[in-house]
Amino acid sequence: MNWISPFRLKRAGMLSMNRRNVGYIGRYNERSSYPLVDNKLKTKLIAAEYDVPTPRLLQVVRQQHEISHFRELVDELDGFAIKPAKGSGGKGITVITRRDGDDYIKASGAPVTLETLERHLSNILAGLYSLGGTPDVAIVESLVQPAADLAKCSFQGVPDIRIVVFQGYPVMAMLRLATTDSDGKANLHQGAVGVGLDIATGHSLNAVQFNRAIHLHPDTGLALGNIAIENWRQMLEMASRCYEATGLGYMGVDLVVDAIEGPLLLELNARPGLAIQMANGEGLLPRLRTIEQLKRFHLTPEERVAYAIKAFARPIQQN
Amino acid sequence: MTSRLPFYFAIFLLITAGLVLAVLRHVELGIPWFPGKQQPVWLVEARVDFVASNEPVLASLNVPDQPPGFLLLSEQAASPGYGFSIVEEAGNRRAEWSKRFATGAQTLYFKVQLIPDTTSSTPPPRQQPTARRVFWEEPQATAVREVLQQARRKSSTPESLTRELIKLLQPENSEQNTSLLTASTNYPELLARMLNHAGIPARIADGLQLEDARRRQTLKPYLQIYNGDEWLTFNPHTGAQGLPDDVLLWRQNAVSLLDVVGGNESQVSFSMLRQTVPALQLARAQAGDNGLGFLSLYQLPIEEQSMFRMLLLLPIGALIVAFMRIVIGIRTSGTFMPVLIAVAFVQTSLLPGLIAFISVVSMGLLMRGYLSALNLLLVSRISALIILVIFITTGISIVGYQMGFNTGMTVTFFPMIILAWTIERMSILWEEEGAREVLVQGFGSLFVAVLAYLAMSAPLAGHLTFNFPELHLVILGLILLMGQYTGYKLSELRRFHPMKAYKP
Repeated sequence: MNWISPFRLKRAGMLSMNRRNVGYIGRYNERSSYPLVDNKLKTKLIAAEYDVPTPRLLQVVRQQHEISHFRELVDELDGFAIKPAKGSGGKGITVITRRDGDDYIKASGAPVTLETLERHLSNILAGLYSLGGTPDVAIVESLVQPAADLAKCSFQGVPDIRIVVFQGYPVMAMLRLATTDSDGKANLHQGAVGVGLDIATGHSLNAVQFNRAIHLHPDTGLALGNIAIENWRQMLEMASRCYEATGLGYMGVDLVVDAIEGPLLLELNARPGLAIQMANGEGLLPRLRTIEQLKRFHLTPEERVAYAIKAFARPIQQN
Repeated sequence: MTSRLPFYFAIFLLITAGLVLAVLRHVELGIPWFPGKQQPVWLVEARVDFVASNEPVLASLNVPDQPPGFLLLSEQAASPGYGFSIVEEAGNRRAEWSKRFATGAQTLYFKVQLIPDTTSSTPPPRQQPTARRVFWEEPQATAVREVLQQARRKSSTPESLTRELIKLLQPENSEQNTSLLTASTNYPELLARMLNHAGIPARIADGLQLEDARRRQTLKPYLQIYNGDEWLTFNPHTGAQGLPDDVLLWRQNAVSLLDVVGGNESQVSFSMLRQTVPALQLARAQAGDNGLGFLSLYQLPIEEQSMFRMLLLLPIGALIVAFMRIVIGIRTSGTFMPVLIAVAFVQTSLLPGLIAFISVVSMGLLMRGYLSALNLLLVSRISALIILVIFITTGISIVGYQMGFNTGMTVTFFPMIILAWTIERMSILWEEEGAREVLVQGFGSLFVAVLAYLAMSAPLAGHLTFNFPELHLVILGLILLMGQYTGYKLSELRRFHPMKAYKP
């Protein structure tokens, strides 16, 4: 068994789950803002108001009988994503990348029938994936075509970028790559690879999978040490703007890069996980404290991003 | 961080309030800290015998009234065919039996339960007692005067005068004066008369020597004098001051011990028995008439009491779940599912409960697999699952009973709805996160449930939570305190171990 002493964790500034819940989520996130991020449909609408682009909304299935419209809609589509509006942790998201005859092929390569998809929709409506089992709506979005340079890093699915935004300042970021273990999903606890990103440059730092440090992608064998994200500053500013949109002081912003449309907001998370610290090999606490101790907050997203880049840049590593 | 101080102060208040109340109630009501503590109780039975002479009968027996050194726990009369009541007049408590007609030998019983209680003190008499006037005839009058003078010369206080007088009247010191006096009347009565003559209020009290399992005992006279504050007791033969611990003063203030109208050849005899009674039972019997008694649940009907017994255990389960999740970091399926399972374990006992739970859940998971292929709406799927769970439990009960295991029946104690939801949640977890996560959360839940069960089924826990409900304030304080814990969970020390690779 491998253990680390709590004093060592404290020195590293690791944010613990209890402190995150009490000191950050509890203190900086207004309860009334939660529906904005817990409901992906509302997130899409509010993001649009603040000029944060999201994947195109194809259909909203609100009632059981509307599932028949879904059949008409997908008849003409090759790829799309079905999401429960109130799902959490990536639960209930089905991504269809292409069709093979009557079958729809999931991101993992497994074929599913139209009936399976319809059952999935009715499960979503009944609230199977929503918090507390409340009735939900299903949204159907256009498929994101990942930009080529990022797509090659990921085995399946779309790599996404998680940026933790505190009081509107981007404080830490990581790239999440799907693997066979994670069934094409970019969730770290399901086995996706997390690659820490330098806030200043968007260059990769360290990588972890299942809480273990790795250097190569387990499926593609690609070196994870020298990935660089394009349009990095634009992405940071998009993430920062979500603060104005939602008013949440502590949140995770999930972005994807579409080959044609560029960076898109995938979803917001009011309870972002702690694994990002291990992907970066650095604790969140010192950065959060830096922001908390600011005498005057910067008012525009651009100013905040500029400050974050200056404050949180990684010194060049001596390897 | 500055506003934390009132919060911690409030928690401090909560915890101290709980502890202080508990200690107060322990001291005042004698509720024991530990279950099963025994306390001795004397059961004294007075038996009145007389021969009724075919006319209306009224028998009146003096009964103890705040006897020094004892606490009266209960009184009871057994006398078929007689009307009975306890009357109190001028500090004289009497048990009265009455009957229109009675013939032949009659026997009446009066039982009291007494707890030795050294702390109890007799209240001062309402009326200041005064020495009664005594007249002597010659030649006793001269003898009394001389003996009293002799005693007075060697003494300074009423107490010492009494002691000296008793010494003088002993047969071994006998001289002309004293033998003249002791020859005539009964000795304790003589003492009391002499002391009254000397201006000291004195009376005869009747005491009963308490010895385990003795029958046909009679009362022995003791001398009591009033020193201006309280009645002091003397042994009329040795002059020893104070009442021995094992003597119960049955009659202190009364004129007579027994009066029988409509009967003759009356006599009283006593038998006694030393019993041990759970200290808790004693505390309960006294709870009603104490100021702190209102906090206890003993006055509720028995059915509600047993309900509360269970209910008051839940906070302990909640405390354990909070500790396990916040400080240790064990993942459970459903936050308080383990507590409910633990409550069921309390009813079924651990091993049969565990077997029943695991078999119901695993069978349910198998059936749920088929249900998920049916493409049902969530509500009807859960409803179907509830019915299936009931089928499974019925099946287990019947099979268990046929095979001769009564324990199979206890499976009905599990909350069906909770079981159904557990199965549903586990099944979804299986589909989404794989079997490993199901095992982790399943065993996490069971582990916490077993811990909660062990804590809740401990006799001490049941005893403390029910008899000291105010201790729940302490539990509440601890849970609130844990809500402020921002340190690392034990599981995080393992989860974050890869950080060792990086320079701090």
